[in-house]
Amino acid sequence: MMIRISAAVQDPVIARVILATGVAINVDRANIDATSGEIVLEVPADACARVARAFEQEGASVSVLEHPIIRDEDECVHCGACISVCPAQVFIFEDDWRVAMDESKCIQCGTCVTACPHGALRVMRE
Amino acid sequence: MAAKTVSEINEKIKDGSALVLTAEEMTDYMREHSAEQAVREVDVVTTGTFGAMCSSGVFLNFGHPDPPIRMQRVYLNDVEAYTSLAAVDAYLGATQVSESDESYGGGHVIEDLIAGREIDLHAESSGTDCYPRRMLDTRVAIDDLNQAVMLNPRNAYQRYAAATNSARRVFYTYMGTLLPEFGNVTYSGSGVLSPISNDPNFRTIGIGTRIFIGGGQGYVIGNGTQHDPDNGFGTLMTCGNLKNMSARYVRGALFHKYGISMYVGIGVPIPILNEDIAIAAGVSDAEITTEILDYGVPRRTHPVVREVTYEELRSGIVDIDGKEVRTSPLSSFYLAREIANELKRWIVDGEFVLSAPAERLPVRGTTKPMREVREQLLVQDAMSECVRTIHSHAGIKQAAELIIKGNFNHLPVLSEDGTLIGIVTSWDVSKAVARGDGSTVKNVMTKNVITSTPDEFIEIAARKMEKHKISALPVIDSNRKVIGMVTSGDLNKLLVRR
Repeated sequence: MMIRISAAVQDPVIARVILATGVAINVDRANIDATSGEIVLEVPADACARVARAFEQEGASVSVLEHPIIRDEDECVHCGACISVCPAQVFIFEDDWRVAMDESKCIQCGTCVTACPHGALRVMRE
Repeated sequence: MAAKTVSEINEKIKDGSALVLTAEEMTDYMREHSAEQAVREVDVVTTGTFGAMCSSGVFLNFGHPDPPIRMQRVYLNDVEAYTSLAAVDAYLGATQVSESDESYGGGHVIEDLIAGREIDLHAESSGTDCYPRRMLDTRVAIDDLNQAVMLNPRNAYQRYAAATNSARRVFYTYMGTLLPEFGNVTYSGSGVLSPISNDPNFRTIGIGTRIFIGGGQGYVIGNGTQHDPDNGFGTLMTCGNLKNMSARYVRGALFHKYGISMYVGIGVPIPILNEDIAIAAGVSDAEITTEILDYGVPRRTHPVVREVTYEELRSGIVDIDGKEVRTSPLSSFYLAREIANELKRWIVDGEFVLSAPAERLPVRGTTKPMREVREQLLVQDAMSECVRTIHSHAGIKQAAELIIKGNFNHLPVLSEDGTLIGIVTSWDVSKAVARGDGSTVKNVMTKNVITSTPDEFIEIAARKMEKHKISALPVIDSNRKVIGMVTSGDLNKLLVRR
């Protein structure tokens, strides 16, 4: 599961949450400027609520990215080009050779977005 | 040997009694039945494929405006088409890129036309007495055109090589995104459903064979360009009326950092006229082989990594030197199957009759490379053979002294047995000295050295340096011994002179 936090740059918010919850959080992307930081984190699905609460207690605002990757069903031709480039194995062929997507595995690396010859995939930043 | 004719089969199609199988169904059928039974029972086998077909395009006639123009340059949605064909005829190629949007091109314009969308047309001319107009801007949709004919020089490859990449960086190719160091394998073609793979001796597919193309009916008009039946790489030249096509089966495509292409859906019916044809149409994925080529070596003939069957490719994993590498197709098997089934439905419903070809396609023949009249330079023509090197246990101070004395910037680092294991630059050494680092060269060297070989083309060496943002490549032999150094300066001198 992906969550996005906004927090003041000075505070080691992520470290404090990891220590407090004991959950192995992965930092996927961090944009930090002079006043604040916006960070996208990968959190195991079963720990998501707990971790989100811990961040809120530290004063960070949290939004859960329900759909990290979006597919336009009209554009997708089920060619499968996305399958072999995905590091998280989000894409797989079903029995009828349509491409199925397990978006809970997506870490938003964006490789599939450019690998798709029909522009059917989009990483959700909001 | 049992034999039928196309006319007999067409009679059965017209009275609704033809038995039609897709090529997948035929493969199963031939496991349970003899060829003789097949000739008696099965009338037509349908094939299908939906993949990138770069050598495709459309002939368009726009009609004459008033005052009239003889187009000398024409752009459709900012994509240039070729118009040196009389006054208002043009050919739009699938891979032409837009002047203003590098993610849009010929294939997308063709898809937009088929989908009924309006296209901006801009044309220019220097003008003549009979065609005085010099500039034209208008909008057209497909119904405004007199003719819109798809004519594709090369489609429906019998089979295609699979691609992988041994290089250190991602390669962006017409076979998609290839991850470094054999990170993935991509492949193209519909295997068991592939038209020519089901009739590799061109017993039924010939000039005038009626086919499914782009959602409408069209024809094979000859062998495609680069037709290479001797090596199992036959191709088709196809045509069809764009006005009868569907945007579900003709789609513009963009291969990241490669360019524009167009996916075309093609289905070829195979009349089961005799036992040889029945046996050929029973081919399975396990029997269709191809090669995994290393696109990381950008030569006309890529190194062959290994042979592979379409069955292995479609399993999702292939073994390369003990490593399990994931595969993915670029063609859609799902749509290939849909096309084979749609063609089957047309035939069963009596909407499509078969045509016997006017002439067979060549069963023999191969394809030639381009003739070149100028010699291409190799790294050995540019490199310097006097190369200073240093051992990994040497001190940084010693590296600094060598660099200053020799007045160069790149110092290859060798192991005990004299093979290349790293490289230090004058920058690395300056940084270490500034930090007061008194340790060995091993601690500051770059370990993943990008190298060249004496027989590499200088174009490829130049591109390696550009893509890795470096200015020199150690030149090594097959034992990883350093035999030279080539710098961007050396290459610039040679490339400019040409």
